[in-house]
Amino acid sequence: MAKLKSEPGWKDLDAGFVMREPGTSREYKTGDWRSERPVVDQSQCIKCGICYIFCPDMAIAKTEEGFFQADLYYCKGCGICSAECFTGCITMVAEEE
Amino acid sequence: MAKKTGVEVSVAAADAIGMTNVDVVAAYPITPQTHIVEHLAELVAAGDLDAEYVPVESEHSAMSVACGASAAGARTFTCTSSQGLALMNEIVFLAASMQLPIVMILANRSLSGPLSIWNDHSDVMSIRDTGWIQTFAENGQEVFDNIFFAFRVAEDQKVSLPVIINIDGFSLSHMIEPIEYWEQEMVDRYLPDFKPLHRLHPDKPVTMGALGMPDIFTEAKKSQNEALLRSKTQILAAWKELGDVCGRYYHPIESYKTEGAKVAFLSMGSIGETLSLAIDELREIGEAVGLLKMRLWRPFPFEELAEVVKGLDQIIVIDRAVSFGGPGGPVASEIRSALYHQDNMPFVTNYICSLAGRDITADDFIKIYEETTSASEEMLKRNDYTIYGARE
Repeated sequence: MAKLKSEPGWKDLDAGFVMREPGTSREYKTGDWRSERPVVDQSQCIKCGICYIFCPDMAIAKTEEGFFQADLYYCKGCGICSAECFTGCITMVAEEE
Repeated sequence: MAKKTGVEVSVAAADAIGMTNVDVVAAYPITPQTHIVEHLAELVAAGDLDAEYVPVESEHSAMSVACGASAAGARTFTCTSSQGLALMNEIVFLAASMQLPIVMILANRSLSGPLSIWNDHSDVMSIRDTGWIQTFAENGQEVFDNIFFAFRVAEDQKVSLPVIINIDGFSLSHMIEPIEYWEQEMVDRYLPDFKPLHRLHPDKPVTMGALGMPDIFTEAKKSQNEALLRSKTQILAAWKELGDVCGRYYHPIESYKTEGAKVAFLSMGSIGETLSLAIDELREIGEAVGLLKMRLWRPFPFEELAEVVKGLDQIIVIDRAVSFGGPGGPVASEIRSALYHQDNMPFVTNYICSLAGRDITADDFIKIYEETTSASEEMLKRNDYTIYGARE
C-alpha cells in the first residue's frame, strides 16, 4: 500500500476532504505496489520511445543520453513497456532478485 | 405578514424555493416526482425565477448535476421520491462526503415491491446513514418555513452539509393547506447570499472528491461525522432566528400534551397530526398520555430526547418503515439505543404503521394505546415490534 509522506489528523483535513494544494497524488509512492521492475538492456535499445508512449502512469522519462528510464518511485511494474518494446530490450525482473 | 392562503403544499414549496433565489434546479421531471419541480419549471419558463433548470434523464444525474453545481458555488435544489432516491443513492453519499450544501425535498414514498407509489418512510431510511442533515415536516407551513431554514443551515460555513427535508408523499405533498407566505424581505433578512467554503474556480483551484487511501480514509470519515454532529449548534440557532422572523419556533423534538404524562407516542412526519387527535380524545377521558414529534432525525437529537422522556414510563414509537429481520422499525431501534444509558429508561414499544399510505385513524392509535397499556410487561418484552393492521 502506498504511504502518505505526512500523517494528518482528522482535524487537519479541510471540510469535505477538499484538497487545496494541487498535485497531491505525486506524494503517493505507487512503486510500492510493484512485484517486478523493468530492466533495460541499453545495448539493444533503439531509443524509439514506444515504452514512454505506452506507460499508463507516465512513469517513464527520457534521460540526457536519449534512453528511456522508469521512475521506480511511481512504476507499478505492470510490464506494458516490456510487452510493447520492439527490440525486446526491457526485461521484467522480480523485485526479490 | 401576509395572510394565509389555501395552496397545494408542493406549489407552496416551489414558491419558497423560488424566493430563495436558487441558482440551479436539477430534477428528473417524471414519476416519481411531485409538483414541486413542475411548478419550479413554470417559474423559470415564465421568467419569474432566474435559475438554471436542468431536466435530467435520471435521478442519478439529478444528484450528479446538483453536486457539480453546488461545487461551482451555485445555490442548488433537487427533489425526488422512493425509486428515484434509490436510483440516485450513489451520489447521495458523495454530496455529504464532499460537504456540498445541496437542499433536497424528499416526498416520502414506499420503495417497491410490491410496486407502490404511496406514502411511508422506507425511502429515506435507505439513506439514513449517508451523512445528510435530515428533518421531517408535519404540515405544509412547516415545509414552507423549513425551506429557508434548510438553505440557511446547509450553506452556513460552519456547517456546509446537504439537507433533506422529508415531507410525506401525498398526505403532505399533494394536500391543499392554509399556508402563510413570507414576504421577500423576510427571506432576504433570514437567508444570506451563498458564500461557499470551497469552490471550483480556475483562480483558486482545489480538488474535490479525491482518492482517500486507507491511511487517510478513517480521518476523512471522522471529520465528516464530527461536522454532522457539530451542525446541531447552527441548526438550533437557525430555528431560533426563523422563529424571530416568522413567529413560529421549531425544535428538534416537539412535545404535545406531555405535562404529567406517563405514556407518550413518538412519531415523525404528518402522522403526528392524526396522533394529536388521538391524544386529545385520550386526554379527555383522563389518560396521562402525550405525544413527541421528532423533527430532527440527523444529527440525532440525543440531549433533547433525554430531556423530553423524563417522567415517562412508556414510549410507543410509531415507525413508517420495516427493518427486515432487525430489532424493530428504524426509529424505535434508535430511540431504544439512545436511551440505553438513561436512568429509569422508559419502556419502548414499537408499532410499524401505515405502510404505503394505508389509512390510519385516531381510533387506531387509541386501540394501540389500550393494547399497549393493558399488556403485562412480560408480554411487551416478548414482542419487540408489531406490524400494525397486518391481517392474519
